[in-house]
Amino acid sequence: MHYKTIAELSLALQQREISSAELTRHMLQRIGRFDDRLNAFISVTEERALAQADEADRKIAAGDAGPLTGIPIAHKDIFCTQGVRTSCGSRMLENFISPYDASVVERLQQAGAVMLGKTNMDEFAMGSSNETSYYGPVRNPWDTETVPGGSSGGSAAAVAARLCAAATGTDTGGSIRQPAALSGVTGLKPTYGRCSRWGMVAFASSLDQAGPMTRSAEDAAIMLSAMAGFDERDSTSADRPVDDYVGALGNDIRGLRIGVVKEFMGDGLDAGVATSVQTALSEYERLGATLVEISLPNAGLSVPAYYVVAPAECSSNLARFDGVRYGHRCEDPKDLEDLYKRSRSEGFGAEVQRRIMIGTYALSAGYYDAYYLKAQKVRQLIADDFRRAFEQCDLIAGPTAPDTAFRLGAKADDPVAMYLSDIYTIAVNLAGLPGVSIPAPMSAGMPVGLQLIGNYFDEARLLNAAHRLQLATDWHRQNPGGF
Amino acid sequence: MSLSSDDVAKIAHLARLDMPSDKAEALGRELSSILDLVAQMDAVDTSGVTPMAHPLEVVQRLRDDAVTEQDNRDRYQAGGPAVENGLYLVPKVIE
Repeated sequence: MHYKTIAELSLALQQREISSAELTRHMLQRIGRFDDRLNAFISVTEERALAQADEADRKIAAGDAGPLTGIPIAHKDIFCTQGVRTSCGSRMLENFISPYDASVVERLQQAGAVMLGKTNMDEFAMGSSNETSYYGPVRNPWDTETVPGGSSGGSAAAVAARLCAAATGTDTGGSIRQPAALSGVTGLKPTYGRCSRWGMVAFASSLDQAGPMTRSAEDAAIMLSAMAGFDERDSTSADRPVDDYVGALGNDIRGLRIGVVKEFMGDGLDAGVATSVQTALSEYERLGATLVEISLPNAGLSVPAYYVVAPAECSSNLARFDGVRYGHRCEDPKDLEDLYKRSRSEGFGAEVQRRIMIGTYALSAGYYDAYYLKAQKVRQLIADDFRRAFEQCDLIAGPTAPDTAFRLGAKADDPVAMYLSDIYTIAVNLAGLPGVSIPAPMSAGMPVGLQLIGNYFDEARLLNAAHRLQLATDWHRQNPGGF
Repeated sequence: MSLSSDDVAKIAHLARLDMPSDKAEALGRELSSILDLVAQMDAVDTSGVTPMAHPLEVVQRLRDDAVTEQDNRDRYQAGGPAVENGLYLVPKVIE
């Protein structure tokens, strides 16, 4: 049962082959049995899940079910969930019970999805290996000595090990796509503003975007259909209609022009990953698409620009954690400054403190022009590169990450080496474009991600292209042993 | 770029982070390595480039000047570390 996709489970539920309560209990049992080895979940919400499953079964019996009714999913622990701890992977929010649901959580609940629990993540979504979590690292189900990627590492590992049918993630610099690649699942980062940020703990507000992590592009289309849409509570929510993502899956892709980024296929890319990506691109040619070489000359500056913009926004967003209104508070503060400083230093881990300090420095008096302003100009150059590229092609393709999953601890002491894990994903966030990572052929037994990048609000075409590849191949149907 | 322990202490204070002096030197090296990465931006000439304000060409939405929020004060304060009579408690700030 757990090998099925959402589309297949939905059919089984409608045809009464299984009830949502049975399916939900099955998934909860799997979490109980396997999560000790993965640490993919921070909280398991069994009671809420079973109540939602019963409600879903009533809807199915009444003939009032949609494609997500009764489907057990998990939420990254960055999404506020009413009455349930929302830790964001941090000690700071160890005891934070959210007073409301995030918009994305609310929408998926309205669509009938069942919430199994909250998944582990890098602290405040800052990391590329899920090792910065206060709740311990997540392990990759394909090789538990390696990382699942991050920051949505718990969601990626849970979907890969079939502990849930799908999960939500967030992506500020690659945090959906990179773990999807390293863990062998499908992960979509929509256009900036497509899914509401309301109730999603803020990291870098001009980059953060929620998206689905699933077993297939078809499932991503089903999830996105429920998650996307205008929300007046998010000041940067896109006020435009949501496309028919599922309907577009059937479109033909013959004649589709796929741009291959020449800067992404050269130095720094692992040879095995390069071969897998080439195989996937050849399959697209076989399916009738045309490959066009394109150039993103400024993409190499995306990591440097990101490590100004994201820390600057993080230092501002995380100023709210002051030990006064909510979150961790130190013992016996001697004055207000001591209260702020000790609460924050005890509540935040090393990586979060590093980024707050880089951002504080970049925004401090006298440095604004050299850092933030310069980075926003470089960001414009990167967006212009993409605009020119989309004059030559419909979609852009390349690797999602430069390597397959690395060993736990391999990059833990070298922040800059860790940051370069996102070298192919960050430019997409800086430009605000949608991108998806889908499994390419494995390399030495470990998953590889093919990244497809679309033009603004072109998620339907992106998912259509991903789906056509998945209809023709079984790369997304591989399962890690032992789960 | 090389940040001294004094620089680190100053930034930590601005960010309201506690910085034990024995950690400042190592942190200074880590932050300096990140700033070296950032300095790669200097290789590109950006004179005349308009800095990006938003990835999409949109303007800020306006709404009617009407009260729409509900009063959730009690619910939101329930999670505070020290609350009394609807007030957040902090150490004495005025002598």
